[in-house]
Amino acid sequence: MKLEVNGVSISYGAQTILSDVNLSIREHEIFGIIGPANAGKTSFIKALNRMDMFTSSMRVDGQVLIDGRDIRSVRNVYALRSQIGVVFPLPVGLPLSVYDNVALAPRLSGTKNKKKLDEIVERCLTRAALWDEVKDRLDSLGSLLSGGQQQRLTIARALSQEPQLLMLDEFSIAVDPVTTMRIEDVLKELKSEMTIVLVTNLVQQARRLADRTAFFLEGECVEVGITEDLFTGEVKDSRTRDYVEGRFG
Amino acid sequence: MFAATELNQSDRKRQGLYRVLFMLMTGLLILPVLLILATLIHKGGSIISAEFLFSEPTNGMTAGGIFPALYGTIWLVTVALLISVPLGVAAAIYLSEYAGDNWFTRVINLAIINLAGVPSIVHALFGVGAFVLFFGFGTSILAASLTLAIMTLPVVIVATRESLQAVPHAFREACWNMGATRWQTIRRVVLPNAVSGILTGVILEVSRTTGETAPIMFTGAAFFLPFLPESVFDQTMALSLHLYVVATQVPGVPDELPYGVALVLIAMVLLMNSLSIAFRMWLRGRKKW
Repeated sequence: MKLEVNGVSISYGAQTILSDVNLSIREHEIFGIIGPANAGKTSFIKALNRMDMFTSSMRVDGQVLIDGRDIRSVRNVYALRSQIGVVFPLPVGLPLSVYDNVALAPRLSGTKNKKKLDEIVERCLTRAALWDEVKDRLDSLGSLLSGGQQQRLTIARALSQEPQLLMLDEFSIAVDPVTTMRIEDVLKELKSEMTIVLVTNLVQQARRLADRTAFFLEGECVEVGITEDLFTGEVKDSRTRDYVEGRFG
Repeated sequence: MFAATELNQSDRKRQGLYRVLFMLMTGLLILPVLLILATLIHKGGSIISAEFLFSEPTNGMTAGGIFPALYGTIWLVTVALLISVPLGVAAAIYLSEYAGDNWFTRVINLAIINLAGVPSIVHALFGVGAFVLFFGFGTSILAASLTLAIMTLPVVIVATRESLQAVPHAFREACWNMGATRWQTIRRVVLPNAVSGILTGVILEVSRTTGETAPIMFTGAAFFLPFLPESVFDQTMALSLHLYVVATQVPGVPDELPYGVALVLIAMVLLMNSLSIAFRMWLRGRKKW
């Protein structure tokens, strides 16, 4: 799945949160988005899978093309969302069993075969580095797992959609460093199967993972470039250098 | 280091005072319930027997049992529930999950609040006009239960809506993000976690429906009927009306008879409440989040 973002602006009521973003995301790349709080990163992600529909005050202008198709012309938003996996910073374990949490998306799209569901659940939990911890209690409630486990459950759930685009918003905020590294390794593998958008506050995480990175600052997309270039000082805008070198933010 | 200042001490004294005060007020609440129950058991307990529960009234209702009234009340409550629960739950799901906050939903909410405040005798007259006469159901279980259902609808709607809204919004968004439709989200995640709250509404409704007299008096409950109802188009006796009748309308009724009827009525309500509360606790047994 590849994305083309043309002149996208996002506002809540009279307040503009992001203005005139132009960028493209290539198929099978990890696209990093870095920037301090309040830069508009999360709103940007919400606009990509049309979550703006659920916030009446949120308004998105401009054009987002997914594989050449304007997402605003997509009537079947459910199909669109089912192909985009999203992980938000606060983990959400649904009040269903661990198994049902991960089997929910396949079931929604009509998979009933128990063997196939078992297989999906095991594969996704393994990839999210959670399988070993929960394999003996798949029927306990997902919402009662610890915060870090719930976050990995959320990731497993996103993977269970077999998405073509995976968007992670600060996924490591509730996860310990060792597990974060394990998930980062998985993301590198997943790249061959899907396109990944990685929003992160940790600039080093973007450096480790992202092929290209965009820098958002106070509602503006300051710069998009090859990640390594941003970190070696080959930047078009000096604010980017200041940010990655930790001088503000 | 931790020595109490004068201010600390007076604060603590005051806190103790308020604690006792609130405890006393809570105690006062239980007092009437206990007194009512004690009086009923003392004055009517002796008449309760299997025969009293399962035989018909005899001698112009001055002797015999209460079976037709008991049977009729169960009919009335069941039919009223069958009407109001699906209707109320559906309306609450619409208001909580589908409708936005606009003038239309605000008018509906206002209507619900007002409906809850309408006196039961007014509901009774509405029932006569609408169900007995206009729809032509005659004085029947159907007309009486419809009246009861409309009267208790606000309780079901408000309780259901509140328990739906107690399910965190993040769960819904997580489902929508996966491409679930609103209905899939409601059915798989929201409703299963709101059941115990919905049940609370139903309990309240059952209790109120069982005891109401005015709404059924003109719409379907009979003074005395020598036979049991066979369908919803028949009239029936009902415990609440029977209590009113034997307590005030029939001369020569022995003292313990009305107390016995009242005791059965209250026992029925308490029994159903306890059953539902037990069921609800079982549902809530597992903490969900």
